[in-house]
Amino acid sequence: MVNKRLEVTENTKRRIIEYMKEGKRFDDRGLFDYREIEIETGISNKSEGSARVKLGQTEVIAGVKMGIGIPYTDSPDSGVLTVMAELLPLSSSKYESGPPSDDSIEIARIIDRGIRESEFIDLDKLCITPKKEVWTIFLDIYPINDGGNLIDAGAMAAVAALMSAVFPKTEKEGETTKILFGEFTNKKLPLNEKMPLTMTFHKLGDQILVDPLTEEEEASEARLSMAVSIQKKEEFIHALQKGGKVTFTIEELHHIFDSMPKVLKKLRENFEEKLKKAEKKAEKK
Amino acid sequence: MTYTKRFDGRKFDELRKVEAKVGVVPNADGSAYFSFGNTKAIAAVYGPRPLHPVFLQNPQKGVLRCSYDMLSFSVTERKKPGPNRRSKEISMVTAKSLEPVVQLQNFPNTVTDVFISIIQADASTRCAGINAAALALAHAGIPMTDMVSSVSTGFVGNTVCLDLTKEEEDYEEDGEKLVSDIPMAFLARTGQMSLFQLDGNGIKPEDLKKVIEAGRKGCQKVYEIQKAALKALAEEKEE
Repeated sequence: MVNKRLEVTENTKRRIIEYMKEGKRFDDRGLFDYREIEIETGISNKSEGSARVKLGQTEVIAGVKMGIGIPYTDSPDSGVLTVMAELLPLSSSKYESGPPSDDSIEIARIIDRGIRESEFIDLDKLCITPKKEVWTIFLDIYPINDGGNLIDAGAMAAVAALMSAVFPKTEKEGETTKILFGEFTNKKLPLNEKMPLTMTFHKLGDQILVDPLTEEEEASEARLSMAVSIQKKEEFIHALQKGGKVTFTIEELHHIFDSMPKVLKKLRENFEEKLKKAEKKAEKK
Repeated sequence: MTYTKRFDGRKFDELRKVEAKVGVVPNADGSAYFSFGNTKAIAAVYGPRPLHPVFLQNPQKGVLRCSYDMLSFSVTERKKPGPNRRSKEISMVTAKSLEPVVQLQNFPNTVTDVFISIIQADASTRCAGINAAALALAHAGIPMTDMVSSVSTGFVGNTVCLDLTKEEEDYEEDGEKLVSDIPMAFLARTGQMSLFQLDGNGIKPEDLKKVIEAGRKGCQKVYEIQKAALKALAEEKEE
């Protein structure tokens, strides 16, 4: 992600990398440690599902809206998933209003592919009438404060929003199904155990780290995002995306793949624990 | 004349549960959250900062630019992301409601950006947005001569109601819509009005006067809450 206004100076970048060589970060974290996660679900009661995820100072909210539409001709009996991200100028001085930027499209696409390719949502179960009517899931992601690592925070918010989502009520009007907007059922979305979480590994100098702060993200020369699920205690990578201006060596990639399971295990445990708590709290509401 | 009891049981001159918090977006120069019941708004201020493109700059004073928008999932039927005609108009009236108090003459050629996002909508979103924006401007240290407080007052059936909900906005009698929705903003110290709009099926001038009086009282209540939110932040800093 290119910072358009507040460039981190070359000096700062050099210092960040120097410290990184000694394994030191601004906030004393280990290279593969994520910041504290906070989750809240049900943050917007007009949506079918919504969640707020905080990763340190980074805050992202995601919401699910459902619609009924015509299926794609190549998959006449599956539902449709649309993921969108809008980098609100509210969240950082580096974003401007206007049509979606390349960065926002990339974030949405990385998160979209993780959820789609893992088949976390059973799209086949979202068919109402084959070839005619299927459910459309709009999954929209907005940063509220960009303190670095929007991709991973956004992916977590997206998953949490999906998990909290319920179908709206509908009514048959002849052949067509109509949504009774604002009225909800208790029926959850058809999700399965293939829950993907996205981790982005950054390369600074010759070090690899996760969950960068804004300054670290600016100094990052390359990144690799991956959406990974766990099935039968094994990790499955569903989507990968390399970004940034420099290359990775094979050794670096091996290092990333070897470290990933441990990083994922910790992240998942933390995420699931916080999500459970959030869901309990939302139920009480 | 049948609207004698409010849908949510409130008194006619009672606000919904109001919450205000200053300092919710660490990246911003100033920020605030403001909610009227189920209507929730966040505002963030960036600036004063150089205004581009240059031809928009004003060498005599800084420009106040507001961008109001609803998030796609903040309403029952998904809103297409990005600004539309409605949000552009609201952005404009929001800027106009705040301009009388901000003192940007010492910041020529700059822009002060106010971004407002509605997270959850249940009527009065522009009022919640303005209240959050005024707090955020104060938090950002922008020189201001006064505070701006806003509330929407309605004429439902034949009754003056403070702070309408969506349900009240859509009130009907015998299949006919019988509501006037009147968002207003007042400067707290001088009591002058900086936002005044009306949508509805018609209201008599005499009734409108009552509505304005109710709105002014409502805004005073909002002002007290805004003041408390700013004080809470100051106390937090002292500790």
